[in-house]
Amino acid sequence: MALPPPDPQFVLRGTSAEVHTLHFYCGGQEPDYPILFSGSSNGLIHVWNLKTRRVDTILDGHGGKSVYWVEAIYGRDRLLSQGRNQKICLWDLAEGRNTVTDSVFTENVGFCKCSLLKVAQGHWLMAMPGKDLDEVQVLELPSKTSVCTLKPEADAKPGMPMSLKLWQPDFGSCPFLLAGYEDGSVILWNLSGGKILSRLACHQEPVMSLDFDSEKTKGVSGSSEEVLTVWSLDEQQNLKVQKTHKLVNAGIADVAIRQDKKILATAGWDHRIRIFGWKKLKPLAILDYHTATVHCVSFSDHSRPSERLLAAGSKDHRISIWSIYNQTSGALHCPLETRKPD
Amino acid sequence: MDPEPFEVGHAVREAINILSSSRNGVQISEALGTIKCYLGGTENQAPLKEREEFTRVHFSAFLRGLVSNLSPDWIELLTSDQQKELWDSFFLEGPADQAFLVLLDSIISMGPSFRLMKVISILEQFLQTGRMSALMWEVCHQQAQAGLPTFQETLLNKVVCLPDHLCNKLQGNNLPIFFPQNYFPLLATEIIQVLQRISDSLRGGLDCSISFMSQVLGKVCVHGRQEEILNVLVPRLMDLTKVDCIWQRMCWRLVECVPDRWMEAVVCGFVQKAPGADVLSRLLGNLVVKNKKAQFVVTQKLLLLQYSYVTAVLQNLLGYLALDSLRRSLLIKVLKELLETWGSSSAVKHCPVEQQLYVSKAILICLSHLKEPEIESNRQELLTSMMGGMKCRLDSNLPRVRRLGMIVAESISSRITTDGPSLKFQYEDDDETRELKSLQQTAPLQLHVTDLPNAGRNNSPSATPKAVSKPSGNPHPATPAVPEEGSDLELDSDDDLVPYDMSEDKELKKMKAPVYIRDCIEVLTGSEDMDKWEATMKVLESLIRRNSATTREVSMELAKVLLHLEEKTYIEGFVELRKRALVAVTIIDPVPVVQYLTSQFYSLNYSLYQRMDILDVLALAAQELSQPQASGKNKPCSTQSPCIQTVSGSDSSQNWRRIVDERIKSKTHRLAKGQSLVEPACGPNKFSSLAGHFFFPLIQNFDRPLVTFDLLGDDHLVLGRLAHTLAILMYFAIHTVAAATMGKSLLEFVWTLRFHTDSYVRQGLLSAVSSVLLSIPSERLLEDMTDEFLETQSWLEGTVLAECQYAKEK
Repeated sequence: MALPPPDPQFVLRGTSAEVHTLHFYCGGQEPDYPILFSGSSNGLIHVWNLKTRRVDTILDGHGGKSVYWVEAIYGRDRLLSQGRNQKICLWDLAEGRNTVTDSVFTENVGFCKCSLLKVAQGHWLMAMPGKDLDEVQVLELPSKTSVCTLKPEADAKPGMPMSLKLWQPDFGSCPFLLAGYEDGSVILWNLSGGKILSRLACHQEPVMSLDFDSEKTKGVSGSSEEVLTVWSLDEQQNLKVQKTHKLVNAGIADVAIRQDKKILATAGWDHRIRIFGWKKLKPLAILDYHTATVHCVSFSDHSRPSERLLAAGSKDHRISIWSIYNQTSGALHCPLETRKPD
Repeated sequence: MDPEPFEVGHAVREAINILSSSRNGVQISEALGTIKCYLGGTENQAPLKEREEFTRVHFSAFLRGLVSNLSPDWIELLTSDQQKELWDSFFLEGPADQAFLVLLDSIISMGPSFRLMKVISILEQFLQTGRMSALMWEVCHQQAQAGLPTFQETLLNKVVCLPDHLCNKLQGNNLPIFFPQNYFPLLATEIIQVLQRISDSLRGGLDCSISFMSQVLGKVCVHGRQEEILNVLVPRLMDLTKVDCIWQRMCWRLVECVPDRWMEAVVCGFVQKAPGADVLSRLLGNLVVKNKKAQFVVTQKLLLLQYSYVTAVLQNLLGYLALDSLRRSLLIKVLKELLETWGSSSAVKHCPVEQQLYVSKAILICLSHLKEPEIESNRQELLTSMMGGMKCRLDSNLPRVRRLGMIVAESISSRITTDGPSLKFQYEDDDETRELKSLQQTAPLQLHVTDLPNAGRNNSPSATPKAVSKPSGNPHPATPAVPEEGSDLELDSDDDLVPYDMSEDKELKKMKAPVYIRDCIEVLTGSEDMDKWEATMKVLESLIRRNSATTREVSMELAKVLLHLEEKTYIEGFVELRKRALVAVTIIDPVPVVQYLTSQFYSLNYSLYQRMDILDVLALAAQELSQPQASGKNKPCSTQSPCIQTVSGSDSSQNWRRIVDERIKSKTHRLAKGQSLVEPACGPNKFSSLAGHFFFPLIQNFDRPLVTFDLLGDDHLVLGRLAHTLAILMYFAIHTVAAATMGKSLLEFVWTLRFHTDSYVRQGLLSAVSSVLLSIPSERLLEDMTDEFLETQSWLEGTVLAECQYAKEK
């Protein structure tokens, strides 16, 4: 008989608001401790110390409006955050500071999270929803110059972008953008030409989130319906559906592929986190802890695989931290042999 | 007075004299030659009148003379050519009917002798040269001029019974041609030839009677030789009637003229042999409308009284009725009668299941033939008989009968309800149900295209317009939306990631389940919120078991609520959930709840279902109470609820322990398995003090009928369940003080019901007796209840065998 699913490693409470976004920063060397950033619906960004499991800092820069995207830039000293007050802020966190050094005003009022891609040392591209409803704008950071504006042709009508993912096949080459739209389609944009390379209608409902594995050139998308779709990108830059998985309950708020491309986590509207094997989309675990919709899932970027964590933020104000499938081989049995039962 | 008769008679007498007295070959051959002139066919034949005179009056007598003179030395007086020319030819060329009669008569009257052999060889030649058709043709011909009935009767007997006569006479030395399996096919081909001649003469404008042929056919059939004769006759007639309307009329006439007493055999034969309803319709015509006897056979006997025929025969028969507008009224009549039988409760009880299957098949085939307007005009009647039939069929204890009833009722209701939902039952499909369902989808037979063919019209199937069959394939063959990962050439897979238990992944319930038992009662009695209600049902059992003290406070109320609970909305396994909750309440607070349940079992206004639930609950509760378990520790695993798990490693250390244990177990060889057995849990049998509470109130009132509940009457299903439940209670009461008393009353109970008509009840009684024997120590059995025990024993001797037989058959 299969083992019962594990319990969370620990739970972070205290945001006193729905948790909308999570971002780990664990790359630092000792004595730096791993950090988890969380953005909540009350406009606060919490910086969690994962060693003490306490809040380090609370950042308040979005005027009480919900924060729905945070990402560290320049190591752990700078943080980008996107809020419902139509602002994307750049925070300076170095040496205990917590000030907004720069901000971009987005004219978009949707829920679409931005996507960040490091293209060169000190240079980033950031994709963000644009002024028009169906438009995506790509900025170069830190200069904030607009690289291009991706707007579907008038007759395409995909609706608003719902989810963005910038990626490039290998470092230095031309980046691409994958965008999930309101009509359930995923579009692959070529940033250099601003052209649609491929469009795949893979859902009936809006694409709530997507993630992409640039090594295997295949991605996954979840929507408000009860299917999870894996699609792949072939050499001719065509997207095609590779596999669908039917879920018990409808609605996926977030999907995340772990950095080692082994597992995939989804945040379900049914309060559950689901873990799948990424290669064949084999269902592996149902993590049932939250008592309300799970809004986001995120994998930590610990350098040591065994320390890798999974965090999930939920409407129930809690962030659950899980340690799952993080043993390199014999995932479940190994530690049992080495540990004494005392 | 005409001189000629005298002259012919004189010549014949003279010839017979010569034959009997003379020993001179030349003289004999001359005498035979003289007589031969009267037969005609030679160059110097006698005048027509004399010939007629000879054949009519003297021929038989002469032949007899010939036969009686036959002896080895006499026949040697003639050369073999002469024998053939003069002796044999009289039999083979003269009037066939007389020759045949003489031959058979002599065979019957003669003992084994040379003469007999000779006569038999003549008869063999007679058959081989096709004289039989000549014989029948002569009779048909004479019949047109009103022949002698007695003569025909004799002839008919002899023709049909020829194999019997010869077989009796020759015994082991019989010739193959006289075997029935050879003779009757021969007769059939001869009949076809005669019919051919009749058709020719009808075409020539001459009148001809076919009734002798019908008689032959009828008599052969009634003698049980339908198989042999119709195997040849039906295919030939089928071919001949296909294009020719004279043949068709003749064929109809042939069957119509069969005397009533033989009609059944003929009709049955045709119905079985015809390859399809259209052929049957071509061969029989409107026989059923014209002939009362045939009608009776077709509409009553074959359908309602017999049931040995295969489905194809039924399809033939009912298709035949459906093919002509005159006969369709019969089809409806038949359907009504079938439905009457199907719906009669006594038929359900007393007919073999095979017959019920047969009737069901007939009904389904009938329905498939009915057209909309016909159904429309009979809707009400169909509905009434369906409802009646369904009721008494669903009452039956045999699952097969019930299922038959369901299928037929479904099919009727789907035909009579044009709009709106039709009946739908749940049952498991097997070969039988599939066959039955395929019957109702029988495509309507091609309507009588070939029913009244004109000679000039070609009705061969090739002429009918072929349906242009379009390839029904989608013009855009749907590409599989999800291409399989066969193309994925990665060798490694997710297999190294071992999945966790995912059984808890259920549909998300929006409602939180109540935490207190009183809340549950509130939800179950008052709430209109179905989600909440459903959630409550799911947690109720575990709540009850966890909070035994609280449950005791409200046990009666809870039992009442649960017993009356109805499934307001569909919940998976509702019945089971309710039952388990009731069992839990019963176990927590046995005495009052059991008292309540047993009293309710015999009170008014419960459905049979509720009553049976009560029995089930009592049995389950008794089982759980009687099982030894340390109180509280050893709960049945079904009650294991998703418990609140602690957030830390304590859980995983348990996993660790388990995994290590498993590994040790898998790597350890155990020579004796017995050691590893867990020591059985022991504890007091809680049931022992309660057995009486369960048992006696239940056995008390079974013979007191209520208005709505009569155990000894209609509700024998519940009685059967009661008997089984009592048996179970008895079984669990082993080693208890009350067991002996219980056993005594149980034996009395068995004694009262021992001749019950329902087998399920009787089986219950048998199991009751078995548990009495198991639970009561033998000395108590023999001392305290000798009388009951002995009575039971004598009953058992008679019953057990029969019941076992019955169970085996089922």
